[in-house]
Amino acid sequence: MTLTLTKEKLVEIYMKMLEIRFFEEKVFELYAQNLVPGTIHLYAGEEAVAVGVCGNLRKDDYITSTHRGHGHCIAKGAELKRVMAEILGKKTGYCKGKGGSMHIADFSIGMLGATAVVGAGIPIAVGAGLSIKLRDTDQVAACFFGEGASNQGTFHESINMAAIWKLPVIFVCENNLYAMGTRQSRVMAIKNVADRATAYGIPGEVVDGNDVLAVYEAAQKAVETARKGEGPTLIECKTYRHKGHSRIDLAKYRPKEEVEEWLAKDPIKRFKEKLLQTNTLVEAEIQQIEKEVSAEIEEAVKFAMESPYPAPEEASEDVYA
Amino acid sequence: MRKISYREALREALREEMRRDPTVFLLGEDVGRYWGGAFKVTEGLAEEFGDERVRDTPISESAIIGAAVGAAITGMRPVAEIMFGDLTALAMDQIANQAAKIHYMFGGQVKVPLVIRTPFGAGVNIAAHHSQSLEAWFMHVPGLYVAVPSTPYDAKGLLKTAIRGSNPVFFCEHKLLYPIEGEVPEEEYMVPFGIADIKREGADVTVVATLYMVHKALNAAEELEGEGISVEVVDPRTLAPLDKQAIIKSVKKTGRIIIVNEDCKTAGVSAEIAAVVAEEAIDYLDAPIKRVAEPDTPIPFSPPLEQYVIPDEKAIINAVKEVV
Repeated sequence: MTLTLTKEKLVEIYMKMLEIRFFEEKVFELYAQNLVPGTIHLYAGEEAVAVGVCGNLRKDDYITSTHRGHGHCIAKGAELKRVMAEILGKKTGYCKGKGGSMHIADFSIGMLGATAVVGAGIPIAVGAGLSIKLRDTDQVAACFFGEGASNQGTFHESINMAAIWKLPVIFVCENNLYAMGTRQSRVMAIKNVADRATAYGIPGEVVDGNDVLAVYEAAQKAVETARKGEGPTLIECKTYRHKGHSRIDLAKYRPKEEVEEWLAKDPIKRFKEKLLQTNTLVEAEIQQIEKEVSAEIEEAVKFAMESPYPAPEEASEDVYA
Repeated sequence: MRKISYREALREALREEMRRDPTVFLLGEDVGRYWGGAFKVTEGLAEEFGDERVRDTPISESAIIGAAVGAAITGMRPVAEIMFGDLTALAMDQIANQAAKIHYMFGGQVKVPLVIRTPFGAGVNIAAHHSQSLEAWFMHVPGLYVAVPSTPYDAKGLLKTAIRGSNPVFFCEHKLLYPIEGEVPEEEYMVPFGIADIKREGADVTVVATLYMVHKALNAAEELEGEGISVEVVDPRTLAPLDKQAIIKSVKKTGRIIIVNEDCKTAGVSAEIAAVVAEEAIDYLDAPIKRVAEPDTPIPFSPPLEQYVIPDEKAIINAVKEVV
């Protein structure tokens, strides 16, 4: 973890990670109060990945996301209140309550949407990359997915396609070790998803996904390569989800020692320590940031809670454009 | 008026739209200069528009449609070709869960102007994986439009409408239709979606048919005319949206309806059309609704087996005679 970025950028990164963490803690709290319909897949623990990658992206760059997508939205710059409103099924949500937690999109910031079919967003990111190439712009498309998705055909078809056409796509695998309850070692004969890059003739890199600056640096290199028209990169970020797969999952399939080990590697805690150790920030500034972020989250919750539900008959709207 | 083939009509639509709009591009397996599409629909287009816009792809149906979806939501108008309709099964998630639902699921934020062209249909002895008619699968998915042109005129006009539209269109073609010739004007025209065409006027029985079955229905009507039975042939031209009013209007006139489609009978296109008539026009019927469709089997290889399962003129004539 090196600190070559400006203080402003480091603070921005810290704040974004904190926004995601506090946001997810709030979602969990609201869920416990029975205020969140359906299911939730929390991003807590994986913040360094979304923030490290999106920290390199411009507003007009694209991302695609997954069922565990709140973090990607926030990292790309989505408004917290509209994300929260969508999660609560409100009319003021990003998708007018049609999508919910697993389907948030904000096309105004290049967030092309979260798909809840594992692996389905990967070819869509490739299509965004193809579109960039055909329109001849210098945008890039980053694509988030889990290690479980790397066993889907779409992963292999997509990386091959992006490789042969040298598309500006950054494939970001969030390897949190478990596909629902299935440990990676039970469904893959290799240790590193990044090794699969070799099969398609593109660079593949393993990074500590709980070290935001390591992710940032790897993504920076991949984004530069993509912008120059030199093709895609596969980055595998080793990380861990703090909670279970979804709302009902207590994650009893994960050994206690393993959970403790990963909680000790909490990406936010580590980054905070680094910021303090290097005197980039002092404790008072950290507290101030925490206060600001908490206030933002409270405001988002208030907005979402006070927003109306859509009228039932809106179910029939927007089937066709 | 000049006559051109169904294949040429499709190619003209693609060429005209690609000339008109630089965001229109084609992708698919062997659509480019080395082959020109398995059925030669895109032949010559790579020479005019280049390999970037007439793009050969790996054999990756899911990624072909996924990439088309991604391009469609970021400013392009892709026309993807899936070499055989049967192979759309490989891309079903991208078609039914992504392309069809993105506009709705994301609250109308983005449009998905995407066309998926593919040939259906049996009759050329290529068995169970290259011969099916699966239109009903796509008709069942809200968010998709489904076009089923039976003539060169309709093929060109519907394809232009599909390309200029704002929604994903599943554009069904039929292998046996590609060489069929028909009148197509030199000047530009479009065929709107959701407007059926009366391919032949008649008074005694309504026959609703699509794709290649329209031609068999017209042959049957011709033969029945000689026997004093007047058949009206209604071609919906798009299954979604479905021009229910045109079908009902014809039923009100004739009091009898036969629905002919090349797909399997159970839960097929004909089942939906029959249900519409039963729900909305049963009082006008003088006889039970009849369906002529394939039996519920895979398409067999051997010529006598295959011919046995494909609906023919004789089956249509028999069905008509049962109700008059």
